[in-house]
Amino acid sequence: MIRIDTVTKRYPDGTVAVDRLSLDIPDRSITVLVGPSGCGKTTTLRMINRMVEPSEGAILLDGADIRKQPVNTLRRSMGYVIQNAGLFQHRTIVDNIATVPRLLGWSKQKSRARAAELMERVGLDTALAKRYPYQLSGGQQQRVGVARALAADPPVLLMDEPFSAVDPVVRKGLQDELLRIQDELGKTIVFVTHDIDEAVKLGTMVAVLRTGGRLAQYAPPAELLSAPADAFVEDFLGADRGIRRLSFFGSDALELRTEPIVAVDSTAEQIAARAVTDAPCLLVTGLDGRPLGWSAPEDLTAGAVHTERLISCGRPFVHGEDSLRAALDCAVLSPTGWAVAVDGAGRAVGVVSQQTIGEAIRGAHAEGRAEAKAGR
Amino acid sequence: MNRFFDLPSDLQHDWLGLIGLHLREALLPVLAGLLLSLPIAQLCVRFRWLYAPVLGVTTILYAIPSLAVFVVLIDYTGQTELTVMIPLAVYSLVVLVPAIVDGVRSVPQETLAAATAMGLGPVRRYLQVQLPIALPAIIAGLRVAAVSSISLVSVGMLIGNQGALGNLLNDANIYHRPELAWNSVLTTAGLAILVDAALVLLRLLLTPWMPRGTRRRGSRTAAEVRPEPAAPAAEEAAR
Repeated sequence: MIRIDTVTKRYPDGTVAVDRLSLDIPDRSITVLVGPSGCGKTTTLRMINRMVEPSEGAILLDGADIRKQPVNTLRRSMGYVIQNAGLFQHRTIVDNIATVPRLLGWSKQKSRARAAELMERVGLDTALAKRYPYQLSGGQQQRVGVARALAADPPVLLMDEPFSAVDPVVRKGLQDELLRIQDELGKTIVFVTHDIDEAVKLGTMVAVLRTGGRLAQYAPPAELLSAPADAFVEDFLGADRGIRRLSFFGSDALELRTEPIVAVDSTAEQIAARAVTDAPCLLVTGLDGRPLGWSAPEDLTAGAVHTERLISCGRPFVHGEDSLRAALDCAVLSPTGWAVAVDGAGRAVGVVSQQTIGEAIRGAHAEGRAEAKAGR
Repeated sequence: MNRFFDLPSDLQHDWLGLIGLHLREALLPVLAGLLLSLPIAQLCVRFRWLYAPVLGVTTILYAIPSLAVFVVLIDYTGQTELTVMIPLAVYSLVVLVPAIVDGVRSVPQETLAAATAMGLGPVRRYLQVQLPIALPAIIAGLRVAAVSSISLVSVGMLIGNQGALGNLLNDANIYHRPELAWNSVLTTAGLAILVDAALVLLRLLLTPWMPRGTRRRGSRTAAEVRPEPAAPAAEEAAR
């Protein structure tokens, strides 16, 4: 565990970057430091590997003051990923990744083998090994940055806004990749970002810092969204925190309806039998079970559905896997007001109305409140 | 044509001998200047306030005519090659110091921070990161310093025939043989061009990591007209 114990960083000109910050960073999880610019999040991160020395207070790594060991030994035991990757432009990808192993005295061969292994782990084609950084895209460079940080298998990973300079699509890919790698490796990750969505998505714990380097709230993301400590945190979380909070509720409890679903080759009787429900439309599925689109019952002709006349069902949600947020989004986007649920293979398993999702949300909130009460 | 290479005996060298002498007198000072510039530049990078005064001093030194330096130095080092090479070494500072400082400063902050965070100490950081990345800028400075040094060596003729190819100019005058002056001018220019080309080649060999479009200054415009697919990545990295 990394314990930040009432740490203050005051610069000679009197600016206080971090103000009496105390934080316990748990092992084998992602702790996100988030806040507006000037909140001291990067300074805090850099105090952990002593790139910045605190003016007051101490930082303990597994109970021992980090100042007790030689600074470069400490740094080599902590991977570091920075915005824009900060690759050594004059070295090949494989040599970039092998930097710390080489510093630690590993043989060239062993270091390179390790680098190749890491390239695969972070999703890079090993054919890129002999390339130079300028020949890679921003996203690929950032993957190299992560691989380089992991090279000597350090227990701690410090990440300073690593994904903020890449476009949103690449960023999402990198975030998912990080979560996957973390599932496999279980590092103690301290992650700095100014993007609250990124914080909520990645963090096991999220520390919100305010300008002047003071801690505003330190909580798991779901708690942050449901119970912001004050107006600053609430403001920082943004207007749609209610919607975002739904990401933490699973869709498995939703009661799906299967009656308003007809196969594309249904007979007239089958269609008539399905059309008695309260759903305004029927969902037509293909022979493989995938949803094709919605149709009013009277527009359906037995055995020969004009698939081009169907109303689009948008992007379905994966039942049990996606959150209530995805389900609600689906229902809101659907012209019929009903969301389509599919299984992992993309086959329609049911439909659900906005009303039903609304009830599920109220239910989940009530459950959350009950748990909070029981917890206290 | 024979008379072109028929050099007067007072030069004590044949044509190739003069070329060797010229190269030695021109390039040794640049090498010395480089060795001197590296620590000076490092100090300027470390202590930012030093840079402006250091630039001022090197500029003033550059403004002192070499003849004036010769007059002072002759008392100590005599009419020797060394007397010619000392001012040349000092002159090279005016180009090399800013070239190295700018080169070292051009290393992106993220790269430096990453190097520090990976546990590279100041010496390793300088030798393994800053200097290699500054190499293109340093070689650009060396090209200017070397070429200007090659042309300046000729002045050495004034202190007892220490001007190598420059001595041919004096002989052309004494013996009324203008072809010797032509020989001097053309050979000096040829040397400058060859040395410059050699330095360009050296940089191409040493920096396979540079984007192709910006390897040669001249082709920069071509790269802008027809950007490579990797160009955005390079720009991103440079930021």
